Amino acid sequence: MSEPETEIVQFDNVGLRYGTDREILSNISFTLFPGRFYFLTGASGAGKTSLLRLLYLAQRPSRGAIRMFGTDVITLPRERLPAYRRRMGVVFQDFRLVEHLSAFDNVALPLRVSGVREADLQGPVSDMLDWVGLSHRADARPATLSGGEQQRVAIARAVIGRPDMLVADEPTGNVDPEMALKLIRLFEALNRLGTTVVVATHDVHLLRKVPDSLIMRLDKGTLADPTGALRYPPRRVGAGQ
Amino acid sequence: MARAAERGLAPFRGKRAAHLLPRARLGGPMPWVIAIMVAITVLAAAGGLALSNLVVRASGDLAGSATVQIVEPDPAIRDAQVQAAAALLASDPDVSEVSVVPQDRVEQLLEPWLGTGVGDDALPVPALIDLSLYDGADAETLARLNDRLAEVAPAARIDAQSDWLAPVLTALSTLRWVSIGLIALLAFTGGAAVWLAARNALGVNRDTIEIVHLLGGSDDQIARIFQRSILLDALVGGLLGLVLGSAAVVLMAAQFAALDSGLVAGGQLRPVDWLVLATVPLFAVAIAVYTARVTVLSSLRKML
Repeated sequence: MSEPETEIVQFDNVGLRYGTDREILSNISFTLFPGRFYFLTGASGAGKTSLLRLLYLAQRPSRGAIRMFGTDVITLPRERLPAYRRRMGVVFQDFRLVEHLSAFDNVALPLRVSGVREADLQGPVSDMLDWVGLSHRADARPATLSGGEQQRVAIARAVIGRPDMLVADEPTGNVDPEMALKLIRLFEALNRLGTTVVVATHDVHLLRKVPDSLIMRLDKGTLADPTGALRYPPRRVGAGQ
Repeated sequence: MARAAERGLAPFRGKRAAHLLPRARLGGPMPWVIAIMVAITVLAAAGGLALSNLVVRASGDLAGSATVQIVEPDPAIRDAQVQAAAALLASDPDVSEVSVVPQDRVEQLLEPWLGTGVGDDALPVPALIDLSLYDGADAETLARLNDRLAEVAPAARIDAQSDWLAPVLTALSTLRWVSIGLIALLAFTGGAAVWLAARNALGVNRDTIEIVHLLGGSDDQIARIFQRSILLDALVGGLLGLVLGSAAVVLMAAQFAALDSGLVAGGQLRPVDWLVLATVPLFAVAIAVYTARVTVLSSLRKML
């Protein structure tokens, strides 16, 4: 595999605090490259979700610099941010499905936001629902779906637009081991197509499922680099550990 | 997955998503609120237009009109002076038309105050001559005519009709401005109602808006959802209000027509006035849509 040349994300000395509280993320610096598979690990409360929120542009940091897709997104006018968000797929920890939309319409939402014609989205959305095993629940509202089914809809929604980067917050938290493995394989397939994948998880067993993945570990708001994921060129899991 | 991903899932066309969400209702009462606002506005506008017509017509009619009164207790002398004055006025180059008001018509006009059967012996009734002037009843012309009349009819007194109707016209003009102020107030109130409804709808749909926002939906896309919603509410409410308001205007017009008053007849609505009234719902829709857009965009700017 040839080494990527341009970083897709660069955090430089980023800090995040809410109000006047102490920083929940401190001195976060790392670089993500296109086509890589990253795991973000850490105990509950370590700041994984906060870091991901910065990553999918849900909020700005208190300090530091963030570049995404070659652009300084800190100083970028907010009206230009949607274009960058559309290049990402996000699996939220609490799924965040739209309650009054069917599973089909939830999955179709990113395509509709991007202006894809109705006629052009029917097939892809049906295929995606089929792949996550929910084609028979296409018309179901989220409230009638189980936790695992909701999670699969959320994942389908995140990957339907074939994003440049997929950010997933505990994507296997509510599914059985078999479905968890299937979802990871889905992420790998997407990764092989060139999508950078960032999966936050506290499930250490999951890390071994993707041999080529790189690991970032958060501990009390600071970032460790057990696999050299933050350095360039990064090292593989199992290489020199 | 690969098949799905490769089947052109990312041909972002850059068009605004037309159907991001199902119709986000701004709230059940909104069409009714807009209907009431439009109905009252139609009534106020109709009143203003009628008053405007009345003032314009009355001013035009009266601008070139004057009345000669001949106050003479002796009927014979009075009739002689009337004939002399009418002949003199008819020959004057500034006078376009002379009309002696028949005495029974004068008595008829006074009947509400004096009753019937009041003869000259009890209360001498003045004779009236209406005249129209080519260039308006200005003070200089009236003074000249007064001087000429004094020679043939010493009991004659000439007055511009606009003089005695001036306070009425001023009052009507004031009422017209009041109706314009009322329309402005209603527009402001309607805008405020939409602002409150839009804020409420934003609060109710905050989660959905955040999701669309994080999926890359632009402020404009989200604002359009609410604009579309208020557009439908405002159209329904506006049409309903127009029907209700117009019905009330027609009813009131019929009531006033029954008064058979020349002054009131001058305030009749013209076809162009009805066209103006028909635009009231359009203005209501425009105000509502603009207010909703500004409100939603203002709230969205608080998000990253």
